[in-house]
Amino acid sequence: MSVFIAKRVLTLIVTLIGASMVIFLVMEILPGDPALVILGVDASDSAVATLTKELGLDRPPLERYLSWITGLLQGELGNSYAYKVPVWELVQGALLITLPLAVMSIILSITLALVIGLYAAANHNKAGDVTLMGISQLGISIPNFWLAILLIILFAIELRWLPAGGFPGWDEGIVKCLKALLLPSLALATVVGAILARITRSSVLEVFREDYVRTARAKGLSQRATLWRHVLRNALIPVLTVTGIQFAALLTGTVVVENVFHIPGLGSLVLKAINNRDTIVVENVVLLLATMVITVNFLVDILYAVIDPRLKAHDI
Amino acid sequence: MSDKRSLSFLSRCRRSRSFVVGGIMTLFLLICAVISLFWTPGSAYNIVITNRFLPSSADHWLGTDQFGRDIASMLMTGTQNSIVVAVVAVSIGLFIGVSLGLLAAARRGWTEEIIMRFSDFSFAFPAILSAIMLTAILGPGGVNSILAIGLYNIPVFARLTRGSANAIWTREFVMAARASGKGRFRITFEHILPNILSIIIVQATILFAIAILAEAALSYLGLGTQPPEPSWGRMLNEAQTLMFLDPMQAIYPGLAIAIAVFGLNLLGDGLRDVLDPRLSRKR
Repeated sequence: MSVFIAKRVLTLIVTLIGASMVIFLVMEILPGDPALVILGVDASDSAVATLTKELGLDRPPLERYLSWITGLLQGELGNSYAYKVPVWELVQGALLITLPLAVMSIILSITLALVIGLYAAANHNKAGDVTLMGISQLGISIPNFWLAILLIILFAIELRWLPAGGFPGWDEGIVKCLKALLLPSLALATVVGAILARITRSSVLEVFREDYVRTARAKGLSQRATLWRHVLRNALIPVLTVTGIQFAALLTGTVVVENVFHIPGLGSLVLKAINNRDTIVVENVVLLLATMVITVNFLVDILYAVIDPRLKAHDI
Repeated sequence: MSDKRSLSFLSRCRRSRSFVVGGIMTLFLLICAVISLFWTPGSAYNIVITNRFLPSSADHWLGTDQFGRDIASMLMTGTQNSIVVAVVAVSIGLFIGVSLGLLAAARRGWTEEIIMRFSDFSFAFPAILSAIMLTAILGPGGVNSILAIGLYNIPVFARLTRGSANAIWTREFVMAARASGKGRFRITFEHILPNILSIIIVQATILFAIAILAEAALSYLGLGTQPPEPSWGRMLNEAQTLMFLDPMQAIYPGLAIAIAVFGLNLLGDGLRDVLDPRLSRKR
């Protein structure tokens, strides 16, 4: 097990370094002059030269990359060009909204998936199963930002139950904040939940066909006990993998959905940064989002080994 | 023999409900795009302020928007945009990704290691993230969104191709081909590629749907297709500010995206049944 984890940690580190290099390459080296991007094409040569020096862009690329990374490790991300405040401050505030939103969405989608998936599997090929799977196929096809707009029309404009957007800030009390995050997380969770529900259903059905399940039933174990003791643990393995993969989709989904609801999370921050040509902010937020995707996939790999002991023996 | 095989292929097509329904929906989309090239019920570009917010009528099937543009025509013209972006983006991923995957499977060793590690890195950058990076530097635009979605597709195809190709490389008929002195390059094109083609086609259909979704999201954020070119994503963005005034405007473009993606997903499912009957029976 420890060899397995050590191997994965090594892969994690290599992947993180690779990802940071890709970002650095795209943002600072490939197309040319970040100072020109920040100032716009009409900027005078002297202004560009001054900013180039100020941003330290006259130094060789390798030195710049290393100073970016060492800065990152020390929590020093530099200053936002547009807001004149440390990037870390901006990111921290946004993260405190995006992270709860992502966690809420993933909990909602897994709950949705387990309820629908298990019900459909238990009623295999009956009306309930067919209807639910039809609905979930529709759920997969609906863009999350459109669903977000539909939810606003229904719950905020027609029924007036929930706010149409905005975020009150955590000082205003947790209930208000969770209310503001409810519609966005529902918009995100429906699509991911629909995908996971289909995986749960097919995975449970597959495990039900296994010999050891038949043996358990033959020994007199009830259908419910078999489900909880034997089927679920095995059936959840593929669900877990797909959840890991879907986390990337969910995180990029938050970028879009935050903009629908005007929630000041990472997605709104990065989009504003693009419009302000604040490349330093864009660079760091993209790295942060990429790191989250990579880390979640790493955690899923580890969890995978915990749930499925066969994997350890095979991998070591 | 070949007659019998093609007959069974056709009957498999007809028997797969997903294939028929998905195929019809996709065909409908294509027809809309082609017709909009030379005819639309109104104008998708002309701004006539006096005609704004008209309800649906014989002249304006779905009414008009806040600038008096015909919504049905904008939707039809928007189909072109979605299809072009998706076709080019998926082709980029298909050609580069499949080539890399085939190369990795044929060469193994460090070539495979490099290609696979590289696709690991790019997995950390979903389409929207790479689009954000590209637009931050190059500015928003349709071409950049194509590039971003295309880049995201490369590792998806590379991994799938390598995995399936590796499985074929261990088969007896490939060993026989190698024993008879065929080179790796020739084996790849004569034996490996034909055997994994159906898997690649199914994946391409699904990625096509994902590309349409990603393009719509990027245009919605203002990073993709720019005005005055009609695009479903931007129509939704403009409709959102008018939600209280005219909610129907926010319904149509989303419905168009959902129909396109639903049709393509069904077609992908259907194609899997049709092209790989073993797989469908197992499911």
